[in-house]
Amino acid sequence: MGELRLMKGNEVIAEAAIRCGCDGYFGYPITPQSEVMETLMQRAPWNETGMVVLQAESEVAAINMVYGAAATGKKVMTTSSSPGISLMTEGISYIAGAELPCLLVNVQRGGPGLGTIQPSQADYNQAVKGGGHGDYKLIVLAPSSVQEMNDFVGLAFDLAFAYRNPAMILTDGAIGQMMEKVELSEYVPRWTPEEIAAKWGDWATTGKPKTRNKNIITSLELDPDKMERNNLRFQEKYREIEAREQRAENIMCDDAEYLFVAFGTSARVCQKAVEVARDKGLKVGLLRPITLYPFPKNVFKELCGHVKGFLTVEMNAGQMIEDVKLTVHEAGYAVPVEHFGRMGGIIPSPSEVLDAMVKTFIKR
Amino acid sequence: MDSKDIIKPENLVYGKTPLLNDVVMHYCPGCSHGTAHKVLAEVIDEMGIQEKTIGIAPVGCAVFAYNYIDIDWQEAAHGRAPALATGVARLNPDKFVFTYQGDGDLASIGTSEIIHACNRGENMMVVFINNGIYGMTGGQMAPTTLSGMVTSTTPGGRNIDLNGFPLRITDIVAQLPGTSYVTRQSVHTPGAVRKIKRAMKKAVQNVLDKKGTTFIEVVSTCNSGWKMTPVEANEWMEKNMISYYPIGDLKDSVKGEKVSNH
Repeated sequence: MGELRLMKGNEVIAEAAIRCGCDGYFGYPITPQSEVMETLMQRAPWNETGMVVLQAESEVAAINMVYGAAATGKKVMTTSSSPGISLMTEGISYIAGAELPCLLVNVQRGGPGLGTIQPSQADYNQAVKGGGHGDYKLIVLAPSSVQEMNDFVGLAFDLAFAYRNPAMILTDGAIGQMMEKVELSEYVPRWTPEEIAAKWGDWATTGKPKTRNKNIITSLELDPDKMERNNLRFQEKYREIEAREQRAENIMCDDAEYLFVAFGTSARVCQKAVEVARDKGLKVGLLRPITLYPFPKNVFKELCGHVKGFLTVEMNAGQMIEDVKLTVHEAGYAVPVEHFGRMGGIIPSPSEVLDAMVKTFIKR
Repeated sequence: MDSKDIIKPENLVYGKTPLLNDVVMHYCPGCSHGTAHKVLAEVIDEMGIQEKTIGIAPVGCAVFAYNYIDIDWQEAAHGRAPALATGVARLNPDKFVFTYQGDGDLASIGTSEIIHACNRGENMMVVFINNGIYGMTGGQMAPTTLSGMVTSTTPGGRNIDLNGFPLRITDIVAQLPGTSYVTRQSVHTPGAVRKIKRAMKKAVQNVLDKKGTTFIEVVSTCNSGWKMTPVEANEWMEKNMISYYPIGDLKDSVKGEKVSNH
């Protein structure tokens, strides 16, 4: 059993980063995620593990500091919230194009524009469909508890380095701000320069020894034939990620006639609604995607045979529903897929989402 | 000694540094970049720091700098090179990192990154090529374009009322306590090349000694963008650019020292 603590989701991101051997954090304050950098500054990990923490002059600078440091084979990360992620998106596209591993955390707030500081899931499309210019994908993990905020930091770094691709934890202001019991991870030492040279010496820019050719980290290739080959290589990598890294949680799905599909905070709401529904004798379950990219398509194929309807519950106008519809269609089923959402920083209540399920499917 | 003896390797008094890769440069004949690259490669070679050097290339004509000098390189987004260099320097304090940026990259889209990196006194060297124009995109106005200077976006000449004043960003960074050595040089004569090489060695040594940011502006020509021959461009630069961007050290101090006379 690891160390048990009562902590905020944002604080846990910071603690998990230190414990998983993260080398550097670059960030810029924005509500509702400023506790991440505040916790790091309070913990002063440079005295303990040697991890560097720097407050950048902007989100634009922060993501480019991540680029530079990640390009030396180090484990680096940034965190922000929706408007800040928009500013970082140029850099994220470059990072994806240069195939650099790193961890990004988006503690979402309502938009568009300056929007609100209340929780939201309206950045689903931005995170899952790429977000910036060019054909690229982020590996996107959606925690629904403070425990998963802890667990997904190390997981996201592992996936990022396994595929040389940026990984994002897509969470929101509710999970960032809520306090829950969490079992913290054990400490993992930071990689030594020798370990980095052994693991990533074929690409990391650590200074060119006489024994190898120079390493160049770039997303630029003016020859269209070569640039297309680069893109084909990226797509091949994304297909591999889709084949190997789908993750989802099924809650009361086996005998369910109707399923909520929800991630993060809205999945917590739906989980309560499932309990209430079952007490009333309604065969309702919850399918919770954990990886939003790759979307957990395989689990849908297993469920479509006996499910009569999917209701996506999202704190947005209906974004994930497009992936659910596409998945059901690709699986060859005609199961109806509907959406219920609240926007602008409002979290729906369990009774509200159960009412929506009943009105949409059960009493129809 | 006949001519055959003179060209024997043991009799050579000067050669191309092995740090310049044997590839054809894409730079226009007469462009300052080639000479600036050569000086940079020679300095890295002569100071024996190839194995610890990481270069950050910009967006602009020098975007392909990574093809020419035999060190590890990162290619930055437009203007962001100082942020990349910050990430490298903070997590790799035993390495030597420099940025190589043009005037559009450093003094326009990247003003925030360069000011804050210099202000934090990041241990990095900045090589700033100022030719008063956007070369790569076809000769548009830069923040450093001189008043009245014709470019493709100022066909009637830069109008101060419309476009503001040519920016002396080097004077600004010299004010920042984070910089230890700020100088303005050129590469248009053999004498100038010797001077900038001395200056660059000092700039590198300061970074190795953890004295903070060092900054070398290279007042340069862009004969293609300026629509001149290389010789005309050199003459035009001497007559017009150097009077607005005077050659010499702007600051030579230690990190944190106050600068009052600029």
